[in-house]
Amino acid sequence: MSTPTWRRAAATAAALAVAVPLASCAAAGDAASDRISVLMVGNPQMTDLQELTEQHFTAETGLAVDFTVLPENELRDRVAQDLAAGVSKYDVISINSSETPYYADLGWLQDLTAYTEQDPAFDVDDVLPSMLTTYSASDGGIHGIPFYGESSFVMYRTDLFEAAGITMPEHPTWDQIAEYAAALDSGDTAGICLRGQPAAGQMFAPLGTIVNTFGGTWFTEDWEPQVDSPEFTEAVQFYVDLVRDSGETGAAQAGFTECLNLFGQGKAAMWYDATAGAGLVENPETSTVAGKVGYAYAPTKLTDYSGWIAGWGWGVPKNSAKADAAWEFISWASSAGYEELVGSEIGWSNVPDGKRESTYSNADYLAHAGAYAPIVLDSIKSIDPRDPGVQPRPTIGTIFVAIPEFSLLATRTAEQINAILAGQADSVADALAVGQELAIPIGQEYAGE
Amino acid sequence: MTRTRAGAIRIFLAWAACALFAAPLLFVVQASLRSEADAVSGELLAPFTLDQWRLLLDSDATKYLLNSAIASGCSVVLVIALAFPAAYALAVRPVRGAEQLRMFILSTKFLPMVAAILPIFLLVSTAGALDQLWVLVLLYTSMNLPIAIWILCSFLLEVPAEIVEAAQLDGAGLRRILLQVIAPVALPGISATALICVIFSWNEFLFALNLTATSASTAPVFLVGFITNQGLFLARLSAAVLLVSLPVLALGLVAQGKLVRGLSLGAVK
Repeated sequence: MSTPTWRRAAATAAALAVAVPLASCAAAGDAASDRISVLMVGNPQMTDLQELTEQHFTAETGLAVDFTVLPENELRDRVAQDLAAGVSKYDVISINSSETPYYADLGWLQDLTAYTEQDPAFDVDDVLPSMLTTYSASDGGIHGIPFYGESSFVMYRTDLFEAAGITMPEHPTWDQIAEYAAALDSGDTAGICLRGQPAAGQMFAPLGTIVNTFGGTWFTEDWEPQVDSPEFTEAVQFYVDLVRDSGETGAAQAGFTECLNLFGQGKAAMWYDATAGAGLVENPETSTVAGKVGYAYAPTKLTDYSGWIAGWGWGVPKNSAKADAAWEFISWASSAGYEELVGSEIGWSNVPDGKRESTYSNADYLAHAGAYAPIVLDSIKSIDPRDPGVQPRPTIGTIFVAIPEFSLLATRTAEQINAILAGQADSVADALAVGQELAIPIGQEYAGE
Repeated sequence: MTRTRAGAIRIFLAWAACALFAAPLLFVVQASLRSEADAVSGELLAPFTLDQWRLLLDSDATKYLLNSAIASGCSVVLVIALAFPAAYALAVRPVRGAEQLRMFILSTKFLPMVAAILPIFLLVSTAGALDQLWVLVLLYTSMNLPIAIWILCSFLLEVPAEIVEAAQLDGAGLRRILLQVIAPVALPGISATALICVIFSWNEFLFALNLTATSASTAPVFLVGFITNQGLFLARLSAAVLLVSLPVLALGLVAQGKLVRGLSLGAVK
């Protein structure tokens, strides 16, 4: 290399070293008032939104939207980290209904109550009250807006039930479900598919509703831990027995997606899970059992209803300086008009439903979802997120206790139960004793002891 | 006869090993050409479709790939610019305490990155530098520098001391020795080091996930966006995996030729 060549190389390197920071600063400088940043979970309803935004929102409002899409776990960690430090680079974030109450109480999210009242196009009265409750702070202020909501119910194979001469009641009990699962369990078809993955949002989603309807709870209203109570133990023992006797093979590793695949491929007679699963099992492109699925309310024991209320919504981080623009986007994305748009542009099975009363009187939507829509609506309207079982609770939430420590508590407890499903342990009482030990200091802290 | 049979067994084993290593890649290629339901069912006779690729090319993948290219490219230029003279001072003309210095340099890699992420996040956010590409350039440079110095050291140790002495006798200064004597000889090593650094930077996920938002996000962050808890994603993810891997694969193939040529023309000849 001659000296001039070396100089040229050095000059290029130096230019790059200067240009890159400048270029990225320039990129950040794009963050003008006509541009907002949105962080979303990568669920199908959100990717549809990403697809429709430019043509149907930006073109109308002049407000450009930059999206970042992450899987659920990464998103939750990222959101918690950004909000706790008060440095979020996003103006709108996907938030789960299970986290919103305590994010709101910690002051991490902007209060959107005034926006909901002043924006007639949003029509807040059309939003289902129980869904709004799950996005509220303990003082009642609305800190999140639901994008889509869900409850839980039983999906079952009508052809297999008919062949076995069994009629599924509209409101089955868990004892009936166990009986049907045992009758329909065969070599290549599981009687029922249930989540067994050891995580708060996996195993303890369906199991949480069973605990509720069996009379159990994580904590009493006064933060007394109840993980080893007879009701909690009975519920978990029932779940373990049901999965072992009539559940899917490899239940210890099964989550929503695994059960969707099994049920969608005709390898399970029943599936108790999110109502959001219905649109997917009725889609012939992703399921071989479309048109052969019946629906029944979440099974019960001591309560009249037992489904969960959950979903994804939108929040505006406290440090965002573009709350007005953020609201404009949220108001559009969560509007009845947007649901119409998805229905006509993408398909009625993709509509982000479960949050508005009007969705369930839309003839086009009902033509597609009529088989399950009334159960979803009635479940969401009938379940009280402040009182989902047989006793008052310390926080808002059907299957989650709205405190930061809950995720770890439920995951650690789920790991103990998962070991039983995997055949590495066999005592439910021992498993729940571990959960109780973990719950005691949490209860003491919140009780102020 | 025995020799022929032994040879055949060796060839068979080599092909079996190749098939074993190629299997995941072939699985990803075929999955990217299926519908979501067929990709999950694993049915080999299912029809092929380009839907996933069409979807991917309609997305804003270019932005993420460009960010990855800038972050990896700039950091590798800085890494080589710093590691090459450092390796010379440690291997060819060892300074006093070179051995301890090499250990110290390596020790900076002992701390798991995940343990450093929170302090780094707080530092970067306090400096108001979140979502800036140059932060990733700096981090990738410091992340790869110790490895680059070690690899280059091992290459430079092979350089015959006589070459440097001859150049010194001819009156060459340090810069001339580095750039006109050592660099051409060590080109295969420099290329290999640069390639490894590009691969590490290109695939880096933790810093990119935590320190970027919409402006500076890189390809791995784009990639995981396809994973969902609700619905099927294997086919789309497979197509995205291939798209994100292609630039590095191409670079590897190009560099491979240069490496072989470099070795055959190197100092050993």
